[in-house]
Amino acid sequence: MDTALLIEKSILVILLFLVSLGAAAYMTYFERKLAAWIQDRVGPDRAGPFGILQPIADGVKMFLKEDFIPAKADKWLFIIGPGIAMFTALITSAVIPWGPKLHLFGRDIVLQVADINIGILYVFGVISIGVYGIMIGGWASNNKYSLYGAIRASSQMISYELAMGVSAITIVLLSGSLSLNAIVEGQSAVWNIVYQPVAFLIFFICALAELNRAPFDLPECESELVGGYHTEYSSMKLGLYLFAEYTSMFVSSAIMAILFFGGYNFPGMSHFSGNTLAILGIAAFATKIFIFIFVIMWIRWTIPRFRFDQLMHLGWKSLLPLSLINLLVTGLVIAYKNGWF
Amino acid sequence: MESLTNRKKVVSDKPMTLWEKIYLPAIISGMITTLRHMFRKRKTIKYPEETREFAPVYRGQHVLKRDEQGRENCTACGLCAVACPAEAITMTAAERERGEEHLYREEKYAATYEINMLRCIFCGLCEEACPKEAIFLTDRLVPTYFERDNFTYGKDKLVESLEQRIDITKRQHTGKRTQL
Repeated sequence: MDTALLIEKSILVILLFLVSLGAAAYMTYFERKLAAWIQDRVGPDRAGPFGILQPIADGVKMFLKEDFIPAKADKWLFIIGPGIAMFTALITSAVIPWGPKLHLFGRDIVLQVADINIGILYVFGVISIGVYGIMIGGWASNNKYSLYGAIRASSQMISYELAMGVSAITIVLLSGSLSLNAIVEGQSAVWNIVYQPVAFLIFFICALAELNRAPFDLPECESELVGGYHTEYSSMKLGLYLFAEYTSMFVSSAIMAILFFGGYNFPGMSHFSGNTLAILGIAAFATKIFIFIFVIMWIRWTIPRFRFDQLMHLGWKSLLPLSLINLLVTGLVIAYKNGWF
Repeated sequence: MESLTNRKKVVSDKPMTLWEKIYLPAIISGMITTLRHMFRKRKTIKYPEETREFAPVYRGQHVLKRDEQGRENCTACGLCAVACPAEAITMTAAERERGEEHLYREEKYAATYEINMLRCIFCGLCEEACPKEAIFLTDRLVPTYFERDNFTYGKDKLVESLEQRIDITKRQHTGKRTQL
């Protein structure tokens, strides 16, 4: 490995780190604004013009709060919990192809930290580790509400991971590769959403459940569990949990854009080339991510929370069979097209 | 039996149809509703910069009025204190001395007049009870303090000053008594 590649990748990693954190910070602002608009309010508008400095004020507030660890809590697990949540949320973005190749300083720069050929498996692996942050945090708090939140999070995760994985497999069947890069390049003509609307719907619903977003925010529902797994958390530990939620929202929006909406592909792509194409590709990808984030937030402020048995019913009795049937039909169609019958 | 109000509703619990069971149509219609709200006019009043307009009959801090010549209207009859459901008003009466005719309109006046603003429920019954058009509630707000003692308003705070007369022409109870 040459030094230039090392420098290039390091810059990309740092940039990605800053971008996902910054995006998460401004998503909190955007979410509050959107909630306000939906409820005919103005939203935060005091810090800076249009309240644009609100995330910074929130961050400073989080840091300055007292960092409290309950006496009966398991101290180490209590500290590790938010760390795991944040860590897993951040490392998912390593395999995401952010745009076409960029030509700078006489080099081809691939806008992807690691082009591993099992990208999609890596994403699923990391996402399922993400629940450990919540589980450990809920367990270590030594509080029954936190524990309920943690139990709900883990059972929800198990129920929805299956349907999510199956609907992702249909995409793998279509593209014939586990690499996210290959999946994106395979969609340059037609996006996967055209072939797989059902898989997209299932994937989207499951993503909401995996993110613990409304209407599936049972692990942290304020009305029953007073915050769920982060009841006992304060200061920046709480901040990390909330931040991790938004970061993973950003990353899963990116993954949904990659799997179903062509990643950085956009209509009329063949008219451009070189750096213009790269920049337009990044812009297209960012727009798709933004639309997904908007829809996820929009859903949150529209739909009330599910009851837990309804959640389990939906996961096991509707989404899983539906995704299996979808997988079967996709497989049969692909087999027929390849002339296996 | 026939419903008199005509507002009776029969609740049904018939099982949901498949269309309803999918939930998605209902969810999408809900999302359209919230999307429409996103572009509505905001209801917020940005408080320190804008203030909400008070109704003309808003019941805020009391004022003890003077007449046109600047004499206090109150004769310490105590009807306001009797009418007060919160027992917030107390006063002591005194007789007008010779040479004080420019201060008090009638022979008797309130030497002290106190309203405990923590007890007061701003119902306006004192204003309604007053036969002399002396006490009125205004659209001014009672400010907050850290000490309880500060909430007992004496004549120094209640009686309107000669220079800054308080406008109460919009009150409902003005003008019911003709000038004596």
